[in-house]
Formats: sequence, C-alpha cells, structure tokens
Amino acid sequence: MSKKAKMQELNRFELRLSGLGGQGIITLGKILGTALALGHGYYVTQTQSYGPEARGGSSRADLVISSHPISYPKTENLDLLVALSQEACNAYYRYLKPNGVLMVDTSMVANTPTNVYKGLPFTTLAKDKIGLVQTLNILVLGAVTHLLPFAGQRRMKKAVEQALPPKIQEINIKAFNLGHREAAKHFGDAPAVWLEAEEMADAEEDTEHV
Amino acid sequence: MAQAKKKRTEIFALGNEAVVEGALIAGCTFYAGYPITPSSEIMEIMAARLPRTPEGVFLQMEDEIGSLGAAIGASLAGRKVMTATSGPGFSLMQEHIGYACMVESPLVIVNVMRGGPSTGLPTSPSQGDVQQARWGTHGDHPIIVLSASDVQECLEMTVRAFNMAEKYRTPVILLLDEVTAHTREKIFLPEPGEYEILERAVPSVPPEWFKPYEDTARGVPPVAPIGAGYRTHITGLTHDPMGYPTQRPDEINTAMHRMFRKIDQFFDDIQLVDEFLTEDAEIGIVAYGSVARSARLAVTKARERGYKVGLITLKTLFPFPKPSVVALARKAKCILVPEMNMGQMSREVKRVNNGATRVRTINRVDGSIITPSEILKSITQV
Repeated sequence: MSKKAKMQELNRFELRLSGLGGQGIITLGKILGTALALGHGYYVTQTQSYGPEARGGSSRADLVISSHPISYPKTENLDLLVALSQEACNAYYRYLKPNGVLMVDTSMVANTPTNVYKGLPFTTLAKDKIGLVQTLNILVLGAVTHLLPFAGQRRMKKAVEQALPPKIQEINIKAFNLGHREAAKHFGDAPAVWLEAEEMADAEEDTEHV
Repeated sequence: MAQAKKKRTEIFALGNEAVVEGALIAGCTFYAGYPITPSSEIMEIMAARLPRTPEGVFLQMEDEIGSLGAAIGASLAGRKVMTATSGPGFSLMQEHIGYACMVESPLVIVNVMRGGPSTGLPTSPSQGDVQQARWGTHGDHPIIVLSASDVQECLEMTVRAFNMAEKYRTPVILLLDEVTAHTREKIFLPEPGEYEILERAVPSVPPEWFKPYEDTARGVPPVAPIGAGYRTHITGLTHDPMGYPTQRPDEINTAMHRMFRKIDQFFDDIQLVDEFLTEDAEIGIVAYGSVARSARLAVTKARERGYKVGLITLKTLFPFPKPSVVALARKAKCILVPEMNMGQMSREVKRVNNGATRVRTINRVDGSIITPSEILKSITQV
C-alpha cells in the first residue's frame, strides 16, 4: 500500500443526519462537512433544514460528498440515514436507496421500519459513559467515521478540535473515540457497495486506532 | 500527508458567510441592519468582522426602515454600504429603496428570500420576491437585481453588486434564497487583486463649480461625500442638476431619462448569464438561484438519456438578460422555467420570447426546492 492515501472515487454520496432540535445535528453536519471538504479534499455541500421554533421541533442536515463538483446541493436518494429520533426515522426512511444504510440511536428509536439497521444507544452512552449528554453528536460522528470508508479518523478529530472551544475538546474527543470503538465492535465493516477499491482512503490511519 | 502544492485559502462556508467575505473584499465599511432568518448570519458575521477593519462601522437599527435609511446616509457620506434582510424586512425597505433610487445612492441590499407572504415560512426557501425587487417601490425607476446559485457565486456576485452600485450610482439588490444562503460548501478566497474593485466617481471640480446632479457622458454624476466641503442638497423630490426640487417638465424629463440612461447604455456590462450546453439545445431551461443547480443536474442526467437540453442560469435578473434568452428561444422548441414561485420570472421569459417558442413553467410554492427529478420529468414530457 502506498504511503500516500488515495482518495476514493465518489459520485454523489448522499447522507442525512436527522433528529430533534438541540441534539447538535447541524453542528455535527458542519464538522463532518468541514473534515471531508477541507481535510479530505472532497467536494461537499451541506444543507440544513429546521423549523421556525427556537427549540424543539425537528432538525436535519444533509450532505452530498463527491469527487466532482456538485450541482444539486440537497439529497434525493440517501446512501446513509442517521436517525436520532423516532420521528426522523419514520419520516426519512423512505428516502433511503435500496442498498442504503440506516443508523439509529436505539435509546431514542424504539421501532425501526426494518430489522436491517445499525444501532447503538448513543444517548445512553453519552450520558453514562461520557457523563455529558451534549457529546451525543460527536459520539455519532465517531460511529459515522467508522462506517464511511473514505473518512479518516485523525482528520475528523482535527475538525472536531477546530470547531469546538478548548474547554470541551477533551471530553468530545473521548466521545468520538467511544463512538468509533463501539461502532467497530457492533457495526462490522462498511457495506461492500461503498468500497470501490481495495485501497481505502485512510488505510494508513487504521494503525493508529486508539 | 504531503501537501506540496501551494493552494489558495479555502474555507467551508455558508452562502451568507461568502456574502460577508465578498462585501469585505469589495471594501464595504458600513453595515446597518436588523436580523431576520434566513439572512441573520450575514449580520452576525458582519458584527464580528466589520468593527475590526479600519473605519468599519456596524449598526443594529430599530427596524429595516431605519437600516436602509442609515445605509443611504452613510453611502452619501462616502462609504461603501450594505444591508441584508428577508421578505418581511424587504417589504419595509421599499419606501427607502425608492428614495435611494431618487437620490442615486450607491448601496447593496441582500434579500435572502423565504416563503411568503407575510411572516410565511421563515426557514424555508422561496423565490417569491423577484418582481418585488424590480417593482416593489413606487414610481418609474431603474434598478439592478442580481442573483447567485452557489456559495462561490455568493462571494463573486456580492463583489459585482458593490462594483455596479459604485459604477452606476444606484442601489443594487442581491436576491438569494434560503437554500443558497444556508448551504455550506468549500470555496476559495480570492487573492488580493484577483477581483477588480471599482470606486465611485468623485468631483474633480472645485466646490463652487459643483453641480450634484449634473449630466455626464455616462449619465452618472460624481458623488461628493457629505462633509467634504461640497454643497449638496439631498431630496426625494424630483430635483434639478443643483439638487433642488423642480416642477419644470424639461428638467424633470432630463433627470428621469438620465437615470434610466445610466443603466440602459451599459446593458452588456450588467446582464450576466451562465450558459451550459446551450449550443445545440432543443429544449432550453432558464433558471436562477438554487433551482439552477437542480436544473444543472437534470440537464446532465437528460443528456445521458439523449435529450438535447441546455441551461441558462441568470446571474442578473434585472435588467432582464434579453439577448441570451431570445437567442435560446430562437433555437429551442420549448423553454422550461422552473422557479419557487407561481411564475414571476417566466413572465419575463414569455415577454421576450414574444411567441417564438413554447414556454412551460414548473412552479413550486410549498417551501421546498424544485428537485432535479421534477425538472427531468418535465424534460421528458416536452
């Protein structure tokens, strides 16, 4: 394997992060987008949708990731849907591609529309293992990073550090690591359709697994 | 990671952030505004950035009427000024937009369109303010309305908006929609000197010879900044070359025609479009704002299926880029106009088309963007 990681060819990989207002969904989308656009060098568009309420209501962030310039910035057929609330899961499941992956927070989503899904109790993990429920979104980021074959752990963590104030960086990196570890344990590898080449974007970074 | 080659600064930014970057590059030193979703980030970032620049002044005003009033004052005092708002605030600004046209105050108004009428849909996209931007204020008046469809273009068009405002001494409206304003994308910040930055003409004569609204070859009178020693009378009443109210038909006629002429004679410079695969197009699409991006994907997909489709993205909405659209209408058997309103730009397309070809509209007013598949479906149905 060459020293310099080769960028995996992507053609409109569509991803939706959804849940409730206050869960940090848009921050999560912003960090994920920043890391993939600036750290990894992909073309990324991140759009957001939220209600007019100051708090509560639904919230979602959509990302399109591509090796080529992106025309339409929103998503139509999802490769990955992350649902952190039952409502979001119900509303957006139908936008998944036939081979798309559904990732849910099992502590928030009781009924999944299918039994083919990747689930972890993110909210419970953030509360019990990290001790701060607000780290939920970064925990999810860790799990998403594991699942995306073209996303590198180190660069993702760098984006987390750049986006958050120093006071809360450490605890969030802890949450990121936990999310990544749990996902590696329970999710298995990324779906084969997402892997175009044997050579993954960040093969060299796997060695530094914490 | 070996990143050997030198790259331009790239940032992952919102459309609204790009507008601020563009304004600062263009030399904006004054912002007065009142926050409103979905344009609030422009004001937030201006509040953080502008006071750190030399001479930068940021004001939060009591409402949008006051905001534009302050902007007009600062502009006539020699500043490059901007304000940003959305539908409800834009309605409040209409009176002062007319005033700005009459006193010929260079300024940039950003309107990030949201669903209307009234409070409507604060967080949802729309393109319902297109005709309001052109004709919202009363009286015959020329105005320049620009648009942007992606984040890099937000930066570029803001710079152009300032340049046109200064060059033609006129208010320029930059119409964005919620999707463009709230999309994050990787953009390149231009190197200093990469964009041409225009400055307004200032008087070259001594104060006693100065006529504030004198006709010139370009039709654009030089602006003497208030306080620079030049006697300037500013009024919303129709005025003579000295700036004083007049009732004389000959003076009124000259003033009105000069105001229109200063824009009309530079249509080539002002009317900007982006053409995509239009050379052999049998089906034409005319779009603007975020919908143009949907249309672009639809064109790419339709071409793969063998449809000869081309797209004109309007970067200037008014004065309407007639030459490009007419050229498309002459060769296409049908023109599609997708937009997030009940058909405001399609009126203009139909007007210049003048029966040359079929014009079909795709309209959506439910607070959602028109998707590429909707446009693709219409292409296959032509």
